[in-house]
Amino acid sequence: MAITSTVSADGSQVTIYIQGRFDFSSHQDFRNAYEKLAKTPSRFRVDLQGTSYLDSSALGMLLLLRDHAGGERAEIEIVNCSQDVKKILLISNFEQLFSIQ
Amino acid sequence: MNEVRNLKILVADDTDSDRLILETIVRKEGHQVFSAKNGLEAVNIFQQEHPDIVLLDALMPELDGFDAARQIKHLAGDELVPIIFLTSLQDTESLVHCLDAGGDDFLSKPYNRVILKAKIKSFNRMRGLHNTMIEQRDQLSQHHQRLLQEQTVAKQVFDNVAHNGCLNASNVRYFLSSLAVFNGDVVVAGMRPNGNMMVLLGDFTGHGLPAAIGAMPLASTFYGMVHKGFSMSDVLREINKKLKSILPIGLFCCATMIDFNFRRKRIKVWNGGLPAGMIYRQDGTVIPMRSSHLPLGVLPEKSFKDDAQFYDLDIGDRVFMWSDGIHEARNSDGEMFGEERLLQLFEENDCSQSAFDEILLGVKNFIGSGEQDDDLSMIEICMQAPENVSHPNYNFNQSQQMAQVEWELRFEVKPTSFKSFDPLPFLLNILTEEPDLRGFSGSLYTILAELYSNALEHGVLGLSGDIKKTPEGFTEYYTQREKLLNEITTGFVHIYFAYSSNIEGGSLTLRVEDSGEGFDYSARQGKELLVTGYSGRGIGIVEKLCKTVRYYGSGNMVEVVFEWVNND
Repeated sequence: MAITSTVSADGSQVTIYIQGRFDFSSHQDFRNAYEKLAKTPSRFRVDLQGTSYLDSSALGMLLLLRDHAGGERAEIEIVNCSQDVKKILLISNFEQLFSIQ
Repeated sequence: MNEVRNLKILVADDTDSDRLILETIVRKEGHQVFSAKNGLEAVNIFQQEHPDIVLLDALMPELDGFDAARQIKHLAGDELVPIIFLTSLQDTESLVHCLDAGGDDFLSKPYNRVILKAKIKSFNRMRGLHNTMIEQRDQLSQHHQRLLQEQTVAKQVFDNVAHNGCLNASNVRYFLSSLAVFNGDVVVAGMRPNGNMMVLLGDFTGHGLPAAIGAMPLASTFYGMVHKGFSMSDVLREINKKLKSILPIGLFCCATMIDFNFRRKRIKVWNGGLPAGMIYRQDGTVIPMRSSHLPLGVLPEKSFKDDAQFYDLDIGDRVFMWSDGIHEARNSDGEMFGEERLLQLFEENDCSQSAFDEILLGVKNFIGSGEQDDDLSMIEICMQAPENVSHPNYNFNQSQQMAQVEWELRFEVKPTSFKSFDPLPFLLNILTEEPDLRGFSGSLYTILAELYSNALEHGVLGLSGDIKKTPEGFTEYYTQREKLLNEITTGFVHIYFAYSSNIEGGSLTLRVEDSGEGFDYSARQGKELLVTGYSGRGIGIVEKLCKTVRYYGSGNMVEVVFEWVNND
């Protein structure tokens, strides 16, 4: 459940990578990945390439990120989802809130 | 250049004076001399002493120089033994005669010492070149031999990997030809535990060793997965992923994969880049199965498409697959065989059993003396009733017995372990041991995770989801959860599974009961899934994934039924 993140050179974009299961146990690490930045980025990417499973608390955390990033104005991409992960996101209608690829 | 010395030189001349003069000149140059007075002697000495260069008088008694030259050249075999004719003859015909008999040069009498010396030197140089050439030729041939041996051994390994499936089944015929020991084409066929036969014909770009290297992981992945019951889409994805990661750009595998369901008389076809295979029905109609995908090993995992076409067949209908070798076979005029000629063969055929042979013969006749410039592969599978599909490693009855599978599992998490033990990976592993459930691991994880965390958090720990309404609350909720878990000494979560499947599909019933007070579930009925809000989403997702979700008792027990249909 390792969470890592990278910030683009100009600080405008942060990418958060989630390995393994994405659930409540990664809650603190996930928040740290975007809350403790020197500059608030304008764009966010959540890379789920390494994410095998997720549950509803992970969905809650994605919403927390969305609020932090400005709610309706937030620019958040969720990328590299596996079929399984995408299915859960779509069941929850998250494509209305995030750009899912 | 260094002086040439110490060669063994045979001098043959019947005139004593001439021979003596020659011997003296040659010996003075530092060479070892052997003398002969006629051709017969010359041949004998040659056999005993193996001289490096022969100086031969043309006209001698017993055996003349011409015949002696022929015999010496014959005895020398591969080795270059220069023969210089010594002659007083000057007419063109005689001189040509000398060379025709195997002579390499001639020297006119009287002898010129400087010219003789130069000729010996020049021929010695030629001998050196010749020896180097022979040595290299032998080395080359050795290397080639070794390469062929290595390839033969490698091919055995390859064949063991590639052909350990059911290619020898009663309803399968195939033909593979290749230009080299290795073939750029690969044909694999295996039986799934449910009695379906899975067949893959692949054509790697190029042929020989590079193509065969790609075929190895393809074959081992195929057999590893098919026998365990993975679906066609899982197998294709895995092969594509493997090939993509190991093959260099430009090397990929055009392939057709077909899953034969003999029970339902239905096939599922995926074609990525191979020429259309044909369904040849009993009534004579021919249906092409065209490529609609990119070859294996081209697309990254995420972009790979696994959608397939279904066709319903009757008993006796035949399915043909081939590599482009058949279409691109050329006749001596350079014309290609092409799909039209192939369809023509089907039209002319009046006995479907012999279609396979007629096609092969048709292509071979077409090529005639033309050169075969690609691998030629073809496979035919006949639709049969399941009990008529037989091969040594497959038993129809055995597979029928596996048709119905039912089991139950009860599982309890004790209070001492709530904090440290996460039952989810453990239970998911058990579930995904069932081949049918493997494809649903993502959904099953989510269902399990939601039901278990509800039972633990709301039931056993008595936490209210309402706390999670704000970002701070979200964190607070998990802080409280942590704290309560450390203190908990009583309570339980029971998990119960009932699995039931047959070849048509199956269901998994999942019951989770906790030691908590439960809740008023009548209020839940018909509630729509919320898009926003940090919590309260879990059970809504479960409802979408499962056929039914029912609460029992005081609301401390929930039972969900997950269903699936085997559509392959």
